[in-house]
Amino acid sequence: MDGPREYSYRADELISRDIEAYLARHRHKSLLRFITCGSVDDGKSTLIGRLLYDSRMIFEDQLAELAADSRRVGTQGQNIDFALVVDGLAAEREQGITIDVAYRFFATDKRKFIVADTPGHEQYTRNMVTGASTADLAVILTDARKGVLTQTRRHSYLAHLIGIRNLVLAVNKMDLIGYDPAKYEAIVADYRRFAESIGVQAFTPIPISGFLGDNITTRSTNMPWYTGPVLMEHLENVDVDVTAAQGRPFRLPVQWVNRPNLDFRGFSGLIAAGTLRQGDAVRVLPSGKTTRVTRIVTLGADLQQAVAGQSVTLCFADEVDCSRGDVIARADEPPQVADQFEATLVWMADEPLLPGRAYWLKLATQTVSATIQIPKYQVNVNTLEHLAAKTLELNAIGVCNLSTDRPLIFEPYEENPALGGFILIDKLSNATVAAGMLHFALRRSQNVHWQALDISRGKHADMKNQRPAVLWFTGLSGAGKSTIANLVEKKLVRMNRHTFLLDGDNVRHGLNKDLGFTDADRVENIRRVGEVAKLMTDAGLIVITAFISPFRAERKMVREMMAAGEFFEIHIDTPLADAEARDVKGLYKKARSGQLKNFTGIDSPYEPPENPEIRIDTTHMSPEEAADLIVEKLVP
Amino acid sequence: MRADQAADPVRLTHLQRLEAESIHILREVVAEAEKPVMLYSIGKDSACMLHLARKAFYPAIPPFPLLHVDTTWKFQAMYEMRERMVQESGMQLIVYYNPEAKARNINPFEHGSALHTDLWKTEGLKQALDQYGFDAAFGGARRDEEKSRAKERVFSFRFANHRWDPKRQRPELWNLYNARKAKGENIRVFPLSNWTELDVWQYIQLEDIPIVPLYFSAPRPTVVRDGLILMVDDARFPLRPGERPELRSIRFRTLGCYPLTGAVESTASTLPEIIQEMLLTTTSERQGRAIDHDQAASMEKKKQEGYF
Repeated sequence: MDGPREYSYRADELISRDIEAYLARHRHKSLLRFITCGSVDDGKSTLIGRLLYDSRMIFEDQLAELAADSRRVGTQGQNIDFALVVDGLAAEREQGITIDVAYRFFATDKRKFIVADTPGHEQYTRNMVTGASTADLAVILTDARKGVLTQTRRHSYLAHLIGIRNLVLAVNKMDLIGYDPAKYEAIVADYRRFAESIGVQAFTPIPISGFLGDNITTRSTNMPWYTGPVLMEHLENVDVDVTAAQGRPFRLPVQWVNRPNLDFRGFSGLIAAGTLRQGDAVRVLPSGKTTRVTRIVTLGADLQQAVAGQSVTLCFADEVDCSRGDVIARADEPPQVADQFEATLVWMADEPLLPGRAYWLKLATQTVSATIQIPKYQVNVNTLEHLAAKTLELNAIGVCNLSTDRPLIFEPYEENPALGGFILIDKLSNATVAAGMLHFALRRSQNVHWQALDISRGKHADMKNQRPAVLWFTGLSGAGKSTIANLVEKKLVRMNRHTFLLDGDNVRHGLNKDLGFTDADRVENIRRVGEVAKLMTDAGLIVITAFISPFRAERKMVREMMAAGEFFEIHIDTPLADAEARDVKGLYKKARSGQLKNFTGIDSPYEPPENPEIRIDTTHMSPEEAADLIVEKLVP
Repeated sequence: MRADQAADPVRLTHLQRLEAESIHILREVVAEAEKPVMLYSIGKDSACMLHLARKAFYPAIPPFPLLHVDTTWKFQAMYEMRERMVQESGMQLIVYYNPEAKARNINPFEHGSALHTDLWKTEGLKQALDQYGFDAAFGGARRDEEKSRAKERVFSFRFANHRWDPKRQRPELWNLYNARKAKGENIRVFPLSNWTELDVWQYIQLEDIPIVPLYFSAPRPTVVRDGLILMVDDARFPLRPGERPELRSIRFRTLGCYPLTGAVESTASTLPEIIQEMLLTTTSERQGRAIDHDQAASMEKKKQEGYF
C-alpha cells in the first residue's frame, strides 16, 4: 500500500480553458438513477464516497473536514476514509432520527447520476424497495473475502422484484484477496447460479476495490486479467429502460385538466409509455371514446412528437369527456380495465395488514378504495421460501388477491411499472402503508357481471311503504346494544315497519362461525355483516345491527357501502367501568383474569365514533327512553 | 409499421427528465391539495421553480398565488425582480410581514441574525400559512444543498403547529405521492429535490430565465465586517466609526437579507462566467449566508421548528 495519499479538489481543466465548450458538452448529458445495496461492511459507503470524490463532488472545505475526521474516527489510518462522507448522518442517528433513503448526486461528462443510498438494517426491505422503485440500475456489493451471502441474495431478490433489469455485481475488497482471479470467478459463478434461480437473465460482474480505487473510474493495473468495463464506464454507458419504454404503446395517465378559458381544454400528464405524434388516434379510458390529438402543448411552442418521460398537455379534435384518473392510450392498443387482481405487496407500516379493511389504493393518477384478501403466502426474503400468512407485518412481502370498488385502468407491473405499481394508504391515519405490484386481473372480474334485476330496490322499498335503513349500534360489550336494539325493533314492528335484527352473538353462531377475535377476524366479521345488511336494504328492510364493531375504519367501510342517508351510526356510550360492573355475561371477569384474549376495552381498543348520527348516554337514559329517541329520529 | 416505431428512440437529457419530474410534482399537488401556494424568495432557485410552474400549467396562469414572507431587509434589486415577475407571470402575490417583528422593529443589526430570521421568516411563514389556510406550500430547496437534506422527502408533512415529525414521514415510491392529510396539517413540497446547483444554473441559461442582477458582478458599495463582504444597499445600514463604504467588484452566490448575505469578489458578469466561477470554486456553496455560521448544523433544528 502506498502510504498516505494527497487528496484535493481538481476541477475539469476544460472549465477554465473553455467554459462554453464545457457547458455545451454537459447540456447533452443523460440521467441514470441507481441504488447501491450492501452493508457498511461491504464497503458501500466507501464506494459512494469514492464515486463522489472521483467525480469532483467533494470540495476543499469538505476534504479538510474529512481529513480531520478520518484521523479522529476513521478506520483507514492516515488515508482519507471516504465512508465518512456518506456517514455524515451518523449524528442524526444518535439523535434518534430515522434515516431511510438518502439521495446523492454526481455527474460526469456523459451522465448525471442520482444514487439512492439506504443505510440501516432494521427496516432494510422497506427502505431498499423505496430506493429501488425509482432506480434504473442496482449495484449489488459483496465482500470478496465472503462471497455471496444471505444479504447478497436478499438484495438481488428485492432489486429483481421491483423490476430493475440492470444488475451490477461489484465484488469489492479485491485487494484483500490479492486480486485473485480464481476466487473472483468462483464468486461470480456462485452468484450466477443464484441469479438464474430467481429469474435474473443477465448481470454485469466487476472486480473492484472501493478503498484503493481499483476499477472504479480507472482501470486497475492490479487486475490485468479483467477485460470488462470499469464501474464508472459501465454506469456511463449502460442502456436505460426509459428509452425502451418509448417502444411500447402510448399511455398518458391524466393528472390535471387545463381549462384557462372557454377556448382551451387540455389534458396534462407525464407520458408513461410510448411515443405520440400530433394527429395520432387515441382512446380515452375508461369511457373507451376515441379521438385525435390536435396539439401537444408546451410553453414556447407546440411539439410534433413527445415520448415517455416527458410532461405534456394534449388537445383533442373532439369534445371527449376526460378527467383526472383517466388514461389516454393508443387507440388500437388500450390497456386493460379490471377490479380484481393478484398483486405482490411490500408492507411498510408498523400496523400490520388487516385483510378485509378498505384502504386507498393510488395507481398512477387513479385513487380507489381497495380491500385485500388474506395473503396467499408470504416470502421469506432470506431463503425465498413461501410461508403461510394471515397478515403482513412491517417489511413483509406477500402475494394477495385484492378487489377495488371501481375498475382500475392498469397494465401488469412487469410490462409497465407506471400502470402496475401502486401504494396503499390507511384511510384514517393517511399513512402510506404498502407498495404493491399488480400481476394480472383475476378472471372472475372479467366474467362476473352485475345481474340486471327487473324488480329494483326502489320497488322493494315501495311495496313495504318505507325507506330502507341500517341502524348500526356500536359500543362496548355489556353497554346495552342488544337490549336497546330489541326495544327499537319491537317499536318499529308495532308501527308496521319491516325490520330485521342482526345480532353479534347470533351471527357468530352461523355465518361467521369460522372467525375468531383477532383484529383481522373482527374486520372480516364486520365486512360480512355489512354485506348482508346491504342486501337486506336492497330488499327494502330496516336493518338493525348490534355489534361491538370497535374500529372506526370498518364502520366507515360499512357506511360507504350503503346508499346516502340510509346509514345511522348509533353509539351506545357507556363508561367502561359501568359495563364492567354490570358484566351480564361474566366476560369482563374472564378477560381480566386472562382467560379471554383480545377483549374490547381490556386488551383490544375501542375507537368511539366521532360524529355518530345518534349518541345514547346510558348514564342519563333508560333503555326505554333510548329506544324512543332512536325511533323518533328515524320516523319523525 | 408506424413511423415512430421505426425511429430511433429520443434520448432525453438530464435537464429534460428533471423538468418533467418537477412539472409532474407541481401538477400532482394542484390536483390533490385544496389550497396550494408557492413560496417565492426571489433567488435563483425560486426563479427556476416559478418558471417550471409556468410551464406546467401553460397556457393557464399557475393556479396558486406566490407568497413572499418578507423581512423588509432584502436587497432593493430583489424587490424590483419580484414586481417584474408578478407582472410577467400574471400571478397573485401575497407579501407577508410578521406583525410582531414589524412592531418591535426587528432587524439584523440590533437583534442578530438568529432572532431576525426566527421572527421574520420562521414565525412569519407559519403565520402566513395559517392566516390564509394554505395546505400545501412549494419550496425551492434541493437535496444537494446540505447533508441533512439528502434524505428529505419531496412531500414533507407538517403536523399540528407545523411540527416536522421525522417518524411520520411517508415512503415515496415511484412517482406516486400520497398527498392525503388531516385538517390542520400541511405539506411542504420540493419540486427541485433532485436538482443540483449546476442543474439549476444550466437550466437558467438554457431557458433564459430572468434572475436578480446581483448574481452578476458589478462595482457595488461595500464594507467588510466579521470576514464577510457586506453591501451597503440602503441608508439603514449603520456604519461603525471609521467605516466607509468602498466600491468593490462583487457578486452574490446566494441572496437573502442584505445585512446577512456575504458577497464574493468577482469579475463574472455573464452566466457562463458565473457557472465557471462556481465550478472552479473549491469550497461548498452556502458560505455566504451568515445564518449557517451562526448556528452550525442547525438546519435540522430549524426544520423541526417549521423553517424550510
